[in-house]
Amino acid sequence: MTSPRSEFQAGLKAELPIAIGVIPFGMIYGVLALSAGLPASASQAMSAIVFAGSAQFISAQLFSHSTPAMVIVLTVGVVNLRHALYSASLAPYLAKLPPRWKWLLGYLLTDEAYAVTITHYNVNGEARHKHWFFLAAGLMLWTTWQLSTAAGIFLGAAVPASWSLDFTLALTFIGLIVPTLKDRASLGAALSAGVTAVLAAALPFKLGLLAASVVGILVGVWLESRR
Amino acid sequence: MSAWLTMIAAGALTYATRLSLILLFGRMEVPGWLARALRFVPAAVLTAIVFPELFIQDGSLDVSLANGRLIAGLLAVLVAWRTKNVLLTILAGMAALLALQRVF
Repeated sequence: MTSPRSEFQAGLKAELPIAIGVIPFGMIYGVLALSAGLPASASQAMSAIVFAGSAQFISAQLFSHSTPAMVIVLTVGVVNLRHALYSASLAPYLAKLPPRWKWLLGYLLTDEAYAVTITHYNVNGEARHKHWFFLAAGLMLWTTWQLSTAAGIFLGAAVPASWSLDFTLALTFIGLIVPTLKDRASLGAALSAGVTAVLAAALPFKLGLLAASVVGILVGVWLESRR
Repeated sequence: MSAWLTMIAAGALTYATRLSLILLFGRMEVPGWLARALRFVPAAVLTAIVFPELFIQDGSLDVSLANGRLIAGLLAVLVAWRTKNVLLTILAGMAALLALQRVF
């Protein structure tokens, strides 16, 4: 039999290794945000308000190029579109919860919390207290993200520019994306987006990023439909 | 001040995306074409961020051995492909970049 307590503990246990892996990224984000010229308070607040690693990395970079607010918000919107998919895939399991639970769990829905929660629900989808598992995974990741951001901000002032730490952004994305390019359609989406971004780099307001994202998505859909 | 407003707008949009289908479940479904398009979002967006970082230095295209970020980035692609490990990818790429900066 499951209880709220046993589900909560299982959630903490499942999320722990992922949360440990997130610590360096939170720290790197803190360092990057400071070097982008954001005040320490805003850098920390972004980890609670946006609470999405890759979107925060990009926002910090866009802020440092004095990108217009509208473009930053749109870019974050596009980068975080994938969360709509997570939301759709978890929705059937959360349908019977009271609204306050849905509002809370929606806030905690990150890549990392989703990954362990959907794995758990695929096996234990019928358990009565399974929302406690999601809550535990989400809260553990949230706490780790806030603390590691703070550590990065604290250390950030001490890191010299010659260390080229801004390059960790590109490297992080390479590490996340390359293993997912398993079929022709996603490889085509990535390459066409990359080439477009280089060709469109001179566009004002960093609009090249948005243009390249749209081109890549269209190429991916097109390649997949041709098979 | 405007940085704060931007951040709050970006946060609200992110929250709305995450909450969307959890709240709307049963009232609407994701259309098939949208689900197909969403699958390519991470690959397209993240690569669009990475390519200019590697290929454009000081505002112009630089495809040469002297472009340390390009060489280090290509090495990182190799490491990511072979190991599927993000931390190892970062470490290998940073080590390569710092070493190349010493040389050139």
